[in-house]
Amino acid sequence: MPDDDAREESHKPASGGAQERDANEAIEVDDIAAAVVEKFPGTVFHDSHGQPVVHVARDAWLEVATFLRDEQQFTQCLDVTAVDHLVDSARFVPPGVSAERFEVVANFLSHPRNRRIRAICQVPEADPNVASLAEPYPGVNFGEREVYDLFGIAFEGHPDLTRILMPDDWEGFPLRKDDAPARVPVTFKEDPSP
Amino acid sequence: MSTTDLPDADRLGRQTDEGAQEMRPAGRDLVVTGMPWPEAEHEGDTMIINMGPQHPSTHGVLRLMMELDGETVLRVRPVIGYLHTGMEKTAEELTYVQGATNVTRMDYASPLTNELVFSMAVERLLDLEMPPRATWIRMLLVELNRMSSHLLFQATNGMDIGALSMMVYGWRDREETLRLLEAITGLRMNHNYIRPGGVAADLPDGWEEDTLKVCDTVERGVREYDELLTENPIWQERMVGVGPITTEDALALGATGPILRSTGFPWDLRKAQPYLVYDQVEFDVIYTENGDCFDRYRIRLYEILESIRIVKQCIEKMPPGDYRVQDRKVTPPPRARIDESMEALIHHFKLFTEGFKVPPGETYVAAESPRGEIGCYLVADGTGKPCRLHIRGPSFYNLQAAGPMAEGSLVADAVAIVSSVDPIMGEVDR
Repeated sequence: MPDDDAREESHKPASGGAQERDANEAIEVDDIAAAVVEKFPGTVFHDSHGQPVVHVARDAWLEVATFLRDEQQFTQCLDVTAVDHLVDSARFVPPGVSAERFEVVANFLSHPRNRRIRAICQVPEADPNVASLAEPYPGVNFGEREVYDLFGIAFEGHPDLTRILMPDDWEGFPLRKDDAPARVPVTFKEDPSP
Repeated sequence: MSTTDLPDADRLGRQTDEGAQEMRPAGRDLVVTGMPWPEAEHEGDTMIINMGPQHPSTHGVLRLMMELDGETVLRVRPVIGYLHTGMEKTAEELTYVQGATNVTRMDYASPLTNELVFSMAVERLLDLEMPPRATWIRMLLVELNRMSSHLLFQATNGMDIGALSMMVYGWRDREETLRLLEAITGLRMNHNYIRPGGVAADLPDGWEEDTLKVCDTVERGVREYDELLTENPIWQERMVGVGPITTEDALALGATGPILRSTGFPWDLRKAQPYLVYDQVEFDVIYTENGDCFDRYRIRLYEILESIRIVKQCIEKMPPGDYRVQDRKVTPPPRARIDESMEALIHHFKLFTEGFKVPPGETYVAAESPRGEIGCYLVADGTGKPCRLHIRGPSFYNLQAAGPMAEGSLVADAVAIVSSVDPIMGEVDR
């Protein structure tokens, strides 16, 4: 962004322009992620266009969120969403992470430290479930219900895991790449087949 | 009808309202607060009613299931999804050039903010740098949009509380803002003006005078509403102390924007993590201490004045130059070149049919929408269409706070509380 040079020191964003970050900020961005990586073996740090991302093992998902809230002052979990990589041929996965079909993504924001961090967790197609973050962050309730509704990923420990956007009796999970609700078999007039 | 035709008691039980049936199981945890539903002491005296989805005060198609004890609301459960149109699925079928037309329809009261986060996300994946004029035009339009969105809130909020004349005034002044946006972008709403690579067109001739005129109209309007409502005892009776929420609760529930600021927490992304050129303009973050409906009303009212301040500085400081990036990967060749060069024509055609390719990667971009933090999570897979586009709608998460706010209040106050959350259902359901 062209405005980076003019930024005030105190308002330096954690998610600022990708290229012009100075060395200090790069180190600063890393320290939370480094703490997470140190505390939870198997976690991989990745710098995604200047934003810190930690790839978390599925069984450490809840502990990482609790750690971020209790020890790193991450006051809000802004969003929980998921990605289906079924047909993603050019997918990038940092070394050390074994790719699965689904990714569950959570964005955390720390107001006191004015920093953001993103956690990503690989979820296999055969067993699509992950721990719910509703206990440390009650605000993810709707977000996790939406992911359950549209991707069919279950959140263990969620207080009310029901469909939220689709009707209760809907079959299938619309945001999965292999779900095609609009595809209806076409029958032609005078079709010879029975 | 003979008695044998009468349905048995079990059948009668099932014929009650569908929503009531859903709420019946005892001991189920409250959706958002994590507190259990009220215990059995209310059994027998309570009544479960549905407000919406077709109710004028629910801002579209929001349905609230409420358990009442007389006039007192015991618990509220928002039921959403009536406006779900699968826009995130649609986004996977649209090129990046077309994507802005899709996201702009999510939060239809502040469409430019949606376009902004989408465009910034695409630009971050492309590592594009915007020319200064494009950035300033974007900021000008987003602030004009904040004015129109908050004016809409003033109108609908007034209507919900019962100040019907306020509705007329609010719509009147909002229309002036929309007329200006129409003059600049070509459309009243759903502008598709902020696009990856800049904005769709340069500002029209005489935009400075038009903008100043609108600023004066709106400012006069805001002073008028302030005089009409803020000190009005009836207005205060309906608003002060209604639907209070604490900072801790607002943070825990994921609430952002005016709801969070009304609890004495001065958090505004424009100040805290400046994007565009918000660090080059002067404005104040409005926040109050009480966290009730009255404070949320006041914050939105005075934020209009702050937006006017920013707009006036945009007029002063608007730099000359390009309104879109001169990178032929995302910007078509100039119109004059198309007439004389076959290659330029092909280039233009390819850009608008196939679009441009975005290298694989993922990013999250946030901005302060009139309702709170709007975020765009974008995953690109190297093709011309996104692998996944997710919009973090502020209303979607803010709506979770409506239940805890309304608990213990009166039914009539529940209307005021939902109104003060200012949900836009297009963004909630996407």
